[in-house]
Amino acid sequence: MSLNVSNLTVHHGAICAISQVSIAVPTGTLAAMIGSNGAGKTTLLRTLSGLKTPTNGSIMWKGEKIIGLKPEALVRRGISHVSEGKSVIPELTVRENLELGAIWRRNAKESKESIDQVASIFPRLGERIQQRADTLSGGERQMLAIGRAIMAKPQLLLLDEPSLGLAPLVVEQIFQTIRDLTTSMNLTVLLVEQNAMGALKIADLGIVLNLGKIVAINHAQALIDDPAVRAAYLGY
Amino acid sequence: MDLLNTFLIGITAGTIYALMAISMVLVWRSTRVVNFAQAGMALLSTYFGYEAVTRLESFWIALPVAMIGGALVAALVEMILIRLLVKHSTSGPIAGVAPIIATLGLLGVIRSISAMIWGGQDLRIVGPVSNDGFTINATTLVFSPLKLLILVTVLVLMLILSVIFQKTNIGLALRASAYAPEIARLSGIKVDWVRTLGWALAGATGAVAGMFQTVNGNGTLSPDSIEFSLLLVSGFIAAVIGGLDSLIGAVIGGLVLGLMISFVLMYVSSGLFFIAPFVILLTILFIRPQGVFGAKAARRA
Repeated sequence: MSLNVSNLTVHHGAICAISQVSIAVPTGTLAAMIGSNGAGKTTLLRTLSGLKTPTNGSIMWKGEKIIGLKPEALVRRGISHVSEGKSVIPELTVRENLELGAIWRRNAKESKESIDQVASIFPRLGERIQQRADTLSGGERQMLAIGRAIMAKPQLLLLDEPSLGLAPLVVEQIFQTIRDLTTSMNLTVLLVEQNAMGALKIADLGIVLNLGKIVAINHAQALIDDPAVRAAYLGY
Repeated sequence: MDLLNTFLIGITAGTIYALMAISMVLVWRSTRVVNFAQAGMALLSTYFGYEAVTRLESFWIALPVAMIGGALVAALVEMILIRLLVKHSTSGPIAGVAPIIATLGLLGVIRSISAMIWGGQDLRIVGPVSNDGFTINATTLVFSPLKLLILVTVLVLMLILSVIFQKTNIGLALRASAYAPEIARLSGIKVDWVRTLGWALAGATGAVAGMFQTVNGNGTLSPDSIEFSLLLVSGFIAAVIGGLDSLIGAVIGGLVLGLMISFVLMYVSSGLFFIAPFVILLTILFIRPQGVFGAKAARRA
């Protein structure tokens, strides 16, 4: 098992945001985590990337305990987190935002190669490479945020609601790209989504989180077929 | 000739204010602290420069000595004092202002320590070239070889800084950490160290401002020197004119302030020496509270 979370509990002050959560995501798996607002999805991702310290439990990544490591250390171990809300820096150009993703590698040549790779995945970014990020559309910003994460050559990609505020057609495109990247780069992906149906359709594994607890974990298709999940999260 | 003179004096003083403003902006962007001790740190660095000048008799060796000293002092202040204060003052009525008040205290401490080490008397730093004005057609200008040299050196330093910020990975890390610390951390940047580096750069820049302010003035240095009070006030005002967040804004703020003061003293009254900067500050705060370049568009550099 590549990512192994067991009995993880996280508090915001006195409030328990995540309680006794255990998840195992094998290498090369795209796991979709769904659940309503306030279910603790974002908190879980922030804990995995080192932005938040848990109260209890353990996180194993490739056989190593990673609790207590800072985000900058976790990036170097292959964990890239695209945080909620098109996480790009508007004041920087597209190229600079991308370079940022590879900055810790301190290798200009590799960085250039990675930019070419990202530009081939997202041709729109290639065309706008010199523009400031605040001139991009919402969809392009999300592509840039994912592109920045790819620049770090990650093995585990944590994506927080990439579909947020995007037009349906763009959402479909982003989801398809995430699916393709998972396969082509042999990534392990934990995708947090409000768009439950869209996320489960591309995922291998489905996880349902409610009020900080796991209520279902199964093959994504099995969750889509599960009447209880359908009624509560898929709306039909 | 008066007009040209006034212009050149204003520009020269303005570049020094701009340096001071740059150092305040660098600190503000790294840690969101307004550093009232910036001029105090510049004073201390200038004392380091004084030691180097008296021993080695070369201004051009003393300048980098002052810069390195200033960078080290600033880095230490950030690591020991500011980092802790920013981390611990997260709640209560003084949260957020605690580090700023601490810099006021630091200003006092630095002045007292300087007075203890170097005494209260005036020490002299000799400039690298003459401060006697150029003579054109038998008219002697106030603008001198020294002022020209200051102008050129400051412009070169600004050019170097802008290349660092725009073209290097360190510059990218500095900008990313200022705009979006969380994204910077998720990109693998050690934001704490980048903050220290921001302070160090500010310390070095402030040291140059201190050295030039001293030789451009009457050449003397003392813990309660008027030149340094003026440097604190002017650097702060220039930074505010520039919106406190923009390096280009700081440069323009410094030049505008230098010119305004120079013209007011020449054409209104030289008695307005101490009041003019404050009147300019208040006027600007009334018209544009966010600073002239405080709009989002100016956050480029």
